[in-house]
Amino acid sequence: MAVISGNNLGTRTAHKQADIRDPAQSVSGSHRRKIFQTLAFILFRAAAIINGIALFIIVYFMVAKGWRAITWTFLTQPPMDSMTKGGILPCIVGTLCLSIGAIITAMPVGIASAVYLNEYARPGLTLRFIRLGINNLAGVPSVVFGLFGLAFFVVILKMGVSITAGALTLGAMSLPVIIGATEEALKAVPDTYREASLGLGATKWQTIRKVVLPSAMPGILTGAILGISRAAGETAPIMFTGAVFFTPILPTSIFDEVMALPYHIYVLATAGTQIEATRHLQYGTSLVLIALVLGMNLIAIIYRSRLRRRMQ
Amino acid sequence: MDKSFKITSKNLNFFYGNFQALHDISLDFYERQVTALIGPSGCGKSTFLRCLNRMNDLIPRTRVEGEIMIEDQDVYASSLDVVMLRRRVGMVFQKPNPFPKSIYDNVAYGLIVNGIKDKAYVAQRVEESIKQAALWDEVKDRLHKSALGLSGGQQQRLCIARALAIKPEVVLMDEPASALDPLATQKIEELIHNLKELYTIIIVTHNMQQAARVSDITAFFYIGKLIETGDTDTIFTRPKLKQTEDYITGRFG
Repeated sequence: MAVISGNNLGTRTAHKQADIRDPAQSVSGSHRRKIFQTLAFILFRAAAIINGIALFIIVYFMVAKGWRAITWTFLTQPPMDSMTKGGILPCIVGTLCLSIGAIITAMPVGIASAVYLNEYARPGLTLRFIRLGINNLAGVPSVVFGLFGLAFFVVILKMGVSITAGALTLGAMSLPVIIGATEEALKAVPDTYREASLGLGATKWQTIRKVVLPSAMPGILTGAILGISRAAGETAPIMFTGAVFFTPILPTSIFDEVMALPYHIYVLATAGTQIEATRHLQYGTSLVLIALVLGMNLIAIIYRSRLRRRMQ
Repeated sequence: MDKSFKITSKNLNFFYGNFQALHDISLDFYERQVTALIGPSGCGKSTFLRCLNRMNDLIPRTRVEGEIMIEDQDVYASSLDVVMLRRRVGMVFQKPNPFPKSIYDNVAYGLIVNGIKDKAYVAQRVEESIKQAALWDEVKDRLHKSALGLSGGQQQRLCIARALAIKPEVVLMDEPASALDPLATQKIEELIHNLKELYTIIIVTHNMQQAARVSDITAFFYIGKLIETGDTDTIFTRPKLKQTEDYITGRFG
């Protein structure tokens, strides 16, 4: 039993009584291990493929059922005839305004929080408390964010139903994602950069501003935009705070109320007078929303690879 | 020796939490000399080096007792500005760690964070420092290209140039050649030899031949204690203690 070759390790427990040097056993053992390996491989691959299929099916349905709705009029006109005809321009503009507003408000706060947590905060009760808060914020249902936005931004801060209130609500909802992404990106910056900078007589803040943040920026931007684009597709947070059932005019100030793509889909699919007749508009609107979200992600990815290339 | 002391360390103890990494280290460094700190892994030589510019401050739950003086400045005085200290005591790390910026910006970094706005002066210091680090001819045509495109040895010389740009008085080197090939190592060693005209250099090394080649003074550390120190020639040819001799001749470590 002294010689144990790599080949029959797998049979040792299964065939304790058998002579492990028996060539036949050894061959069948390695055969079995190969089968297990192949099986595991197939299972894992299947699991991975399911993700791709899910996205494909979603996009396929949207395109198959909605592409007929996509016309120049659809993209450039407001809805007409009780939203059974016309386009969705106010919704596209509204969703863009809300998303950009959310990026502008949530990114600085999220990045600043993550820098504090990752670079400054000393381990202790305060840090644990803040982390607990952020983790729980991530688990709060979106409709609760909507109610919070209604109570806080719309009513208490007297913003009314407006782009500002909606964007802040979406921003609040994206904060945990932005903080998480930023912290990951900051952790990925090698400590040797920090040491080199501090060793040259830079202050901590100079080190963060000139070395750490620029290195982490590609990761931060991608994470933040993914977070916001996720939020941009939500209906619940904006239905009480920023989006309205119908308004044919485009916003002229950040205190205007807007239409928004996800809420418009919800309205068409549940509350219209002609739900069946507007199916193609519902799918068309969904298609535009998906295109918008994927487009934002694409911009994030392109921007990231540009920044990376500039650093190489 | 009629040379003056640049840095003196008196009864220095250092703790990582409850673990005492340095025991009662008293060691003096002469101005414009190269001092090598040698010893087996984990003997505390790097920890000691990082006490000299308070780099260990970055590690949580560490504690220092004793005294380190740079000329008449107490390094661990509460009134001392760590940023000012690190301008006087520059550092080169084990692995080349240029910033993901251009070659020029890497060397200019120390000047800019120290508030120097005169662009002509910065450009002049960048050129001088890169020349001092014996890198100028290799990079003069690509100063605005990324530093990450340089070879490991070039990167390390760039890091030395970066440290020299702010005109430190002391340069700490933590195994500066351990990640480099023999040719690049040789270049770094030649560089150290030239730099001691201007700077006080303290180098940690695992490489005994390197210590013998580059240093004037050698200090041998073992499990957190300073075992023996003296002229490099003496330490390598007639060490007083058996422990030192055993280490130097490769019987352990």
